[in-house]
Amino acid sequence: MVEKEKSVDYFLTEDQQMIVETAWELTKNKILPARAELDEKNEFATAIMKDIARADLFGIFIPEEYGGFGGGCFDMVLAMEQLARGCVGVATSFAACALGIYPVMIAGSRELKEKYLPRIATGEKWAAFGLTEAGAGSDASGVKTTAVLDGDHWVLNGTKQWITNGGEAQVYSIVALTDPKKGARGASIFMVEEGDPGFSYGKKENKMGIRSSATRELIMKDCRIPKDRLVGRKGTGFITVMRTLDLSRPGIGSLGVGLAQAALDESVTYAKQRVQFDKPIIAFQAVQHMLADMATQLEAARALVYAAARHIDAHAKKISKVSAMSKVFATDMAMKVTTDAVQVLGGYGYMKEYPVEKMMRDAKILQIYEGTNQIQRNVIGQELNKEYAG
Amino acid sequence: MEIIVCVKQVPDTKDVRLDPDTNTMSREGVTSIMNPFDRHALEEAVRIKEEQGGRVTVLSMGPPQAEEVLREAIACGADAGVLVSDRAFAGADTWATSYTLVKAIETIGNPDLILCGKQAIDGDTAQVGPGIASRMGRPYVTCVQKTREVGADHIVVERMMDDGYDVVRLPLPALLTVVKDINEPRIPSLKGKMRAKKAVITTLGAADIGAEEQCIGLAGSPTQVVKVFSPEPRGDRAVFTGSVDEQVDRLVECLKPFI
Repeated sequence: MVEKEKSVDYFLTEDQQMIVETAWELTKNKILPARAELDEKNEFATAIMKDIARADLFGIFIPEEYGGFGGGCFDMVLAMEQLARGCVGVATSFAACALGIYPVMIAGSRELKEKYLPRIATGEKWAAFGLTEAGAGSDASGVKTTAVLDGDHWVLNGTKQWITNGGEAQVYSIVALTDPKKGARGASIFMVEEGDPGFSYGKKENKMGIRSSATRELIMKDCRIPKDRLVGRKGTGFITVMRTLDLSRPGIGSLGVGLAQAALDESVTYAKQRVQFDKPIIAFQAVQHMLADMATQLEAARALVYAAARHIDAHAKKISKVSAMSKVFATDMAMKVTTDAVQVLGGYGYMKEYPVEKMMRDAKILQIYEGTNQIQRNVIGQELNKEYAG
Repeated sequence: MEIIVCVKQVPDTKDVRLDPDTNTMSREGVTSIMNPFDRHALEEAVRIKEEQGGRVTVLSMGPPQAEEVLREAIACGADAGVLVSDRAFAGADTWATSYTLVKAIETIGNPDLILCGKQAIDGDTAQVGPGIASRMGRPYVTCVQKTREVGADHIVVERMMDDGYDVVRLPLPALLTVVKDINEPRIPSLKGKMRAKKAVITTLGAADIGAEEQCIGLAGSPTQVVKVFSPEPRGDRAVFTGSVDEQVDRLVECLKPFI
């Protein structure tokens, strides 16, 4: 892979540069050599996740008092972009750990934070986010998993579907109805741990892409957990979910940016080498214009993702709109850029020996998870409606 | 356990070009890296420290910019870095280099273990490690591909040979030079990088280590590099084309007179 000069200077601080370098070193040395085989075998990237832990990357967003780096959304975006240049499956597994523990950071008691954050920071424990169910995808309020208080325990019943890191993580934040009659105001979040009685996993899914990420059902059958595993106040579950997604969406945008960067790098390198009609194909305007559009859209997406992350880190009051914008734009861009990359590489692009077909397969999920790009547009539209209210 | 790892900053040989006019290496725009074998030596030292407890100090003889590899080493788990640097060290061959490093080591302390990479990728002599050990009267093993056992007063290692490996037991204090097979070096961690940024690198000059003038640098070097050149290609060249069978037949015809 060709190391090139950054196209645009975003005036990163020394600490931010360090994050970028550390994540890229890991990608270059550990992810690039392993990604094709993990994809082929549908194998979880256990060894790489342990390398990520050793590099202290899991602790980026954890406050210093709990053993983390004390960084914010932008620091996570920087790390995830570099990991995604290697493999979006690995980067997704990394992102899901943050997603899975954000509820504790946002709404958890001090005891809950002390219990979980230090070991997430070291990467000793991995987390996962359990919201989606067979009947509750875009319509998250369709959740049917219940939690009933029985003495000193909550008893959970229900099944979560398509959970990233399912079966690999040790700590799960589960959204369950504590008061089914109250609808959206009747949900709460609970921390369920591997080994809790009545908690088990379904089979591993066989996916189109991000195959180095493990996706499984979570099954709770009279799953008993101690009372103190409730995150925040009863009934505030969906508020915490929305705040969690607002924080994590720019990260998904950065996966799109990193993925598209990798696809662009492959495309330009190939176009300079491939000779047809006595010229390298980059000499033809048709190809050049494709590459120009890819590069321009990529840079625009990067700028928007960085702006959204910085806006969030500045503790702005309203973050939903820009967060959704960064996710929808960068992921639609990544789908287009990776598809174009396969086109630029032509026949070679279609073959598994070359990395771009995997990139195209990996890109698709970015438009679907963490809120489909249709839901993102809903969020943006609703925010616009509120902003311009007379 | 006190461990010292000797590291060298070298040009990244992928980038090296020969200046045709001066017949020396063109250093312009060439990136400097930690000698790859030393990276493995450092990793082994850090692993031993993690298992046995103790301290890892990295030591380098070089110009002021060699401080970069010492910081890199700290980011990868070393506890402290010492740079031994002085104009008077310039032009040193492996004899003067091992002298200088020994004086520096003796100034730092009395390490249980000294680890070095097998050889530097610019000099390729593989002499400095054995040179240090011999001057210090320490037992040493080169080409170590694995450390099997580390005790308070002994170490057991595997020495790579052409046809297999030997298992060798040495008393401590000792010196080892290592090959790349010994381990997979870790990526520098974020916390490591922060430590490296804040670390104070001790710099020692010739006087600080009590080095005698006639033993260091050019003055202390029995060997000198007189000329570096790319050999001119000699003789006729021929290119065979055709099918593999045809090419092999032609090649055999060419070789027959020499058999």
